[in-house]
Amino acid sequence: MYGWLWRHLPGPVPVRAILALVLAAAVLAACFLWLYPAVAPYMPFNETTVER
Amino acid sequence: MSAVTQAPSRRRPSRAARAGFHVLGIVGELLITLGLLIAGFLVWQLWWTDVVADKAQAQIVEELPWAVAAPIVPPKDLPADEIAVAQPRHDEPPAEPVPAHAQSVATLTVPRWDATAARPISEGTDRATVLDVLGIGHYEGTALPGGIGNFAVAGHRTTYGKPFNRIEELQVGDPLVVRTALAWYVYRVTSWRIVPPHEVDVIAPVPGDPGATPTRRMITLTTCHPMFSARERYIVHGELDYWAPADGAFPAELLPAA
Repeated sequence: MYGWLWRHLPGPVPVRAILALVLAAAVLAACFLWLYPAVAPYMPFNETTVER
Repeated sequence: MSAVTQAPSRRRPSRAARAGFHVLGIVGELLITLGLLIAGFLVWQLWWTDVVADKAQAQIVEELPWAVAAPIVPPKDLPADEIAVAQPRHDEPPAEPVPAHAQSVATLTVPRWDATAARPISEGTDRATVLDVLGIGHYEGTALPGGIGNFAVAGHRTTYGKPFNRIEELQVGDPLVVRTALAWYVYRVTSWRIVPPHEVDVIAPVPGDPGATPTRRMITLTTCHPMFSARERYIVHGELDYWAPADGAFPAELLPAA
């Protein structure tokens, strides 16, 4: 998977390394912005209210 | 002799074995990815939500229109003996207006935690529109600040700015200072308890006695317990000590001891 990605990134090794870092940062940003906030309500903690 | 017996295992793996290793490699990478995603979730939940919520809640307090004329926290650049001390009153406090859902109309300052920091209190206790984004939430339908009955509020103990993080440090007699556009309300902690999540009697007008007619002015704080768990709720009850008009003077509880 990661090997496939590495082989398909264009350019010499330094360029590939930078591209890989940019991709990783983009994935992390997407997680922080959308994935984690969407998943958080289903986590079994953080309930602070009393309710029936 | 050993070379002879090991010879078969040194042969190149068969086509099927190579396909198997290939699949195993992909599974391994997927598991590593999953681990990284979960680690990222922990960073987001335990750190980033605090960063975002602390900033948002501080901004809500800053933008309260009535806080400009009569500040919520004593000015730091003024010597303590030049700050007016509010005169405690025990008569009927002003009637507070009922806020709209998600409207921020009050603040809470707890000197035991930090006498110089106010957290907003907003109407409602659902996580998506109040608790996760605005901080402390007021149980809709319970008494308003200073009112007869039970002014009940909920807040996160961990994550999302964790306004009630240090709730376990509260001791009987500790002041809980609520501020609205109209007045200061200084409550004092009377008791604390740990209850199961469905025990709604704690926010009844008379805590623990849902049918009774209230005569006292109570406050109730609810948050999760133990930390990072939804198994139980940590409850703190308090009763109004006094109120004072919001006219620029500060309750003595917020001022550094002279």
